[in-house]
Amino acid sequence: MMTTTLPVMMPAMAEIFLAAAGMALLMYGVFTQRDGQSEGTAWGTIVAMLVAAGLVIIYGGPVAGEPAFYGQFATGHFTQFAKVLILVGAAVAVWMSVRYMRAESSNRFEFPVLVLFATIGMLVMVSANDLIALYMGIELQSLSLYVIASIRRDSLRATEAGLKYFVLGAVSSGMLLYACSLIYGFSGTTQFAGLATVLTGEATPLGLIVGLVFLISGLAFKISAVPFHMWTPDVYEGAPTPVTALFAVAPKIAAVCLILRTMMGPFGGLIADWQQVITLISIASMVLGAIAAIQQTNLKRLMAYSSIGHMGFALVGVAAGNQAGAQAVLIYMAIYLFMNVGTFAVILSMRKEGRYVENIADLAGLNKSHPLMALAMLIFMFSMAGIPPLAGFFSKWYVFFAAIEAGLFGLAVIGVLASVVGAFYYIRIIKVMYFDEAEAPLDSKISREMRIIMGFTAVVSLLFFILPAPVVDQAAAAAQTLFTN
Amino acid sequence: MIQALVFYLFATVTVLSAVMVVTSRNPVHSVLFLILAFFNAAALFLLMGAEFIAMMLVVVYVGAVAVLFLFVVMMLDINFTALRQGFQTYLPIGLLIGVVLFVEILISLGAWSIGPEMIAAASAPTPAPADVSNTKAIGKLLYTQYVLLFQISGLILLVAMIGAIVLTLRQRPGVLRQTISEQVSRRPADVVSLVDVNKGEGV
Repeated sequence: MMTTTLPVMMPAMAEIFLAAAGMALLMYGVFTQRDGQSEGTAWGTIVAMLVAAGLVIIYGGPVAGEPAFYGQFATGHFTQFAKVLILVGAAVAVWMSVRYMRAESSNRFEFPVLVLFATIGMLVMVSANDLIALYMGIELQSLSLYVIASIRRDSLRATEAGLKYFVLGAVSSGMLLYACSLIYGFSGTTQFAGLATVLTGEATPLGLIVGLVFLISGLAFKISAVPFHMWTPDVYEGAPTPVTALFAVAPKIAAVCLILRTMMGPFGGLIADWQQVITLISIASMVLGAIAAIQQTNLKRLMAYSSIGHMGFALVGVAAGNQAGAQAVLIYMAIYLFMNVGTFAVILSMRKEGRYVENIADLAGLNKSHPLMALAMLIFMFSMAGIPPLAGFFSKWYVFFAAIEAGLFGLAVIGVLASVVGAFYYIRIIKVMYFDEAEAPLDSKISREMRIIMGFTAVVSLLFFILPAPVVDQAAAAAQTLFTN
Repeated sequence: MIQALVFYLFATVTVLSAVMVVTSRNPVHSVLFLILAFFNAAALFLLMGAEFIAMMLVVVYVGAVAVLFLFVVMMLDINFTALRQGFQTYLPIGLLIGVVLFVEILISLGAWSIGPEMIAAASAPTPAPADVSNTKAIGKLLYTQYVLLFQISGLILLVAMIGAIVLTLRQRPGVLRQTISEQVSRRPADVVSLVDVNKGEGV
């Protein structure tokens, strides 16, 4: 008889709790739902995510002794950092959705529950220590997001967005699986720890390189890096705005952290092979993000191109392939979270006669009608453009510094140039807000949660330079764990 | 010898029926050829000694997926000739990409080599095939070594179910449903009334 011992499960406490909470909330929603009342599940989801963030901090640290789930589940400072960002981003997205869903009369109790399950998928992605676990996490996350994208099933644009996202996502899943099978076939293992020992960079079989390129392609799709970005503008525009806010933040953080862990961990020995691919993707994303955004008139489409550009900048840190690069990427994602959540809070506060509007032209005259909101948006836009001393400047500064440390001067120069081009469309929004005359002003009432989110994220973006230590030190500790084992 | 012959028999039928799936004009024929392809692929797995996967292929793909396809093809009014319209124009570029991918696979598989340290790193220690049937081997690993992945796939299936319901279920007003408790608790006094009807008159 074989002995049966339970696997080490404590490090996955947050995920287990979230899964149980998700099922409980689903039951609660099914048995208490009345016509379009989903506030209960939404608040339950937010509480569950915050509790899970606490559990990540308590239990998700480095494990001594037996690894969790037979080495398929990695924990440490790195995963803690990423998971807290993801959980906060998802919780805020659900918070922002409550009022919107009620106003658009499309609040279904399944929406927060699906966000919860997508979040579990993201946490598994960040912790994946095995190619199968990686795929499972991605699939759990993506499948939930496909449904969320078309949650307003009566809207033609939302269903088109969902379908487009689903079909292209399925293609990228196929590429990922193909990559996993090639890597498994040429290395004999799917575990990251095993891959790290096998792949030393000497006499690497050609098939493994092909697998690695496919893997990068599949993951690049998830962060919408060029040339796998085509779905992003349509999905961002078609999905309901709070859903877009979620898409722009939590899955991006999860996928970037996953790329970082995969490239630095199991494929660390093959840096010469993947560095050029990541560099190319990074340059293409930065350039396209900066240029294609210029002619957009819809704010959500603009944010889509902006996120493509931001992913390009984050990949600069990945391409650096050193500890400074990893730290820079983590700082970048943390600041990205704040800037994006704030910007989407502004977009979600744009209403005319009770209806939500999302064009850049609708921002005209914002300075006169809502001076504080205009100021917050000004801070976000300057921060995204990377103008000192705002937070966005430091995130880019760390990334480029890491690239220079790694000797990638060309990449850093192109990054700075793309950043300058990108500044044009951010500043155009500021011009529209402050100098254009409004035909009809926006509604004056802004909900309390939006004011809190806008205020908090604006203050963080503005004053990051005074107290950067909490983020920078945590990111440094997180990046270090990536390189010690 | 016989094994090789059987292999070539099943392999040929698999490839031919796969070609027929794409080329046949009638979509119902396509689905039927697909089922044939699945059956022959299952036979190929049997030849390799993977009887569990062979049976799963028949149960899941033939039993569920292909039948679902058949339903979709027959129930939904999809204009398949319209779907094929771009076929001719996209054929050259599709063929080109297919050939490029195929050559790449050939090159990479041609260089297939596996070092001794890679064999040592094989993740799950697999028992010798003679000792244990592969259904038993999967059963031993699935709920122990791979319990995390098993649970996550459970969550994925749950999400698929929620998604299907969210996107398709509609609460239609005026639908008549059977409520047994209501039927049982009906009293004659509530629903039956006796009326005196005079001769020659209606109610």
